[in-house]
Amino acid sequence: MRMSKLVRTGADLLYPFALIFGLYIILHGHLTPGGGFQGGAVVATGAAIVIVAWAYEDVAGMIRKVTMKAQESAGLLLFIGTAALALGLGYAFFTNVLANSGSLFGLSVPFGPNPGELNTAGVIPIMNIAVGIEVWGGLTVILLYLLSGLKKEEGS
Amino acid sequence: MNGFLMTNAPALLIMLPLIGAFVTPFIGRISPRVRSAWVILIMTLTTLTALLLASDVFLNGTQIYVFGAADPDLAIPPDSGGIPIRIIFTVDAMSALMQVIGAITGFAVLLYSISADRIHSGLESFYTLFLLMIAGIMGMVSTGDLFNFFVFLEILSISSAGLIAYRIDGGLAVEAALKYFVLSTIGAMVILIGIGIYYGEYNALNIAVIASRMQFTLLDQIALVLIIAALAMKCGSVPMHFWTPDAYSMAPSSITAMLVVASQASLYGLFRVVFTLYNVTLNAMTVGWIIIILGVLSMVVGVTMAIPQKNVKRLMAYHAISQTGYMLLGVGVGLAVLGNQPLMESFGYIAMEGGIFHIINHAMYKGLLFLTAGAIFFRIGTYNLNKMGGLGHSMKYTMIFFIIGALAIAGIPPLNGFASKLMIYESVFAFNPVLAVIAMVVSILTLASFVKVFHSIFMGPKLPEYETVQEAPVPMLIGMGVLAAIVILFGLFPQSVVNGLIAPAAHALADQSGYIAAVLGGA
Repeated sequence: MRMSKLVRTGADLLYPFALIFGLYIILHGHLTPGGGFQGGAVVATGAAIVIVAWAYEDVAGMIRKVTMKAQESAGLLLFIGTAALALGLGYAFFTNVLANSGSLFGLSVPFGPNPGELNTAGVIPIMNIAVGIEVWGGLTVILLYLLSGLKKEEGS
Repeated sequence: MNGFLMTNAPALLIMLPLIGAFVTPFIGRISPRVRSAWVILIMTLTTLTALLLASDVFLNGTQIYVFGAADPDLAIPPDSGGIPIRIIFTVDAMSALMQVIGAITGFAVLLYSISADRIHSGLESFYTLFLLMIAGIMGMVSTGDLFNFFVFLEILSISSAGLIAYRIDGGLAVEAALKYFVLSTIGAMVILIGIGIYYGEYNALNIAVIASRMQFTLLDQIALVLIIAALAMKCGSVPMHFWTPDAYSMAPSSITAMLVVASQASLYGLFRVVFTLYNVTLNAMTVGWIIIILGVLSMVVGVTMAIPQKNVKRLMAYHAISQTGYMLLGVGVGLAVLGNQPLMESFGYIAMEGGIFHIINHAMYKGLLFLTAGAIFFRIGTYNLNKMGGLGHSMKYTMIFFIIGALAIAGIPPLNGFASKLMIYESVFAFNPVLAVIAMVVSILTLASFVKVFHSIFMGPKLPEYETVQEAPVPMLIGMGVLAAIVILFGLFPQSVVNGLIAPAAHALADQSGYIAAVLGGA
């Protein structure tokens, strides 16, 4: 069942904003409120808007279940892989090996009021990104399965 | 390399199944054969890790593993003011025993499942959830942190619910899974409230820290009631047993065998809270009697409900409730005399050992029985006892495995059920003779029920509709054989098993100060 053209265009316009806002929450998870789960849920909301405004059949070609399932597993693998990285380097499981190392996300947190240094906190941003990817995929799959049951209206 | 394995074994125990679970969807796209090989590889590695860790724990005492620390043994960071702030796995002899149960049953069930569930679709998700279940069980029995216990309980509940619904079966399996899921979630929330009470009161989530600060105030009593009620529900004890027959009978048989282990992980949680968190601070006699009464109710109601069942898996599910009663009875008697050293020495420890021995025995023979029921369903497509008959002619090995399992559950020597039940009878008789009499009567009823089942499945002339039925496939027989071999071995050499595995576990469970000292040091 499609909604009116006004709603459909509105949904199209909102989709990139929902995507960018969700990704912003994921990436700034270690600095501001929110994080991987919340950001991933926001991104999945974008998919929900589009599916509701258009019909399931229109969207199914673009947002595919297989891709989203793969994304879910990939996010989880990235998470557990990051945790296992510390084991490979000789630390305990889940040790934050990148913090203050100077490499990726490895700067130390500046002292005093500051606009927020993105390149800090070690493995925490990586795990946020992993959770974000996972929740994006997982919630979208759930939405696709739930909304694929919608029947087309009689006579339309 | 060996040192690396030894140090990191507790972490590997959950890391391996988790990585295995998340890689399975990708590997499953290559071919079903590669996927099976991958899942078996992961499960073998997990089992070996569990055995290695258990041997280490039984030789060298409690092992701890601190997640995210510079050094896995550093429980208390130097700048934390003497409080463990990280997630800690505390593996004592009792945890190690539960890990061994989970690993061996999981391994045997997986071998069986590779062959039994081959014809179904959606197997990537099936094995992903299966490995998540293993990770949940391993985490629950290893963790030394109450909130972490809740997290692993949820992982276990969600993956179990998914697997119970796996064969949709006209919606019946989905209904059973929904019932299980709703009850599990309510139970988990109740546990979370209990954990919240501890956190508000003692400012800690670590089991050892809470145990060392335990005062047994009114709030602690409320938390104890909440946690005992929720975990007794999760382990299927009467009067909170009603989800068990539905969930056990509608799940695929391989998963039912794992659900038995999952229930026992909840039972472990119950014992851990009562013995390690509270120990002598609680009124041991009262709480002990509550657990004994829960056990006796489960034994009697379980077996009497089992007798009229027509569906073989529902019947076995009611027997599982009844057998859980024996474990509660044995350990409950141990709890009732806790703190009274002479009584503890004369029968308390033996009762606890009997109850704990029954946990491992039950996982083996009940798993075996569910697998034989699954093998019969695999060949004839029904669980209805009235439609079976004469299968002894065509399924000889399945029949032998069924006999072994049925005699073990009824407590007939020389099988393992006899060994643990004898320990329970003897020690419970010294505590209260009436309880021992009830336990023996329940055993006799169990035997009667299984004689009936055996007769209606295997005896009699070959039925015309089952003329072409063949023996179960070899991998399924191997899976059942592993469990049957353990049933017989434990029955033939009970003394060495009790001395080597069970007695250290019972003493570790009763020894609260040892558990606290392993985490907090000194004391």
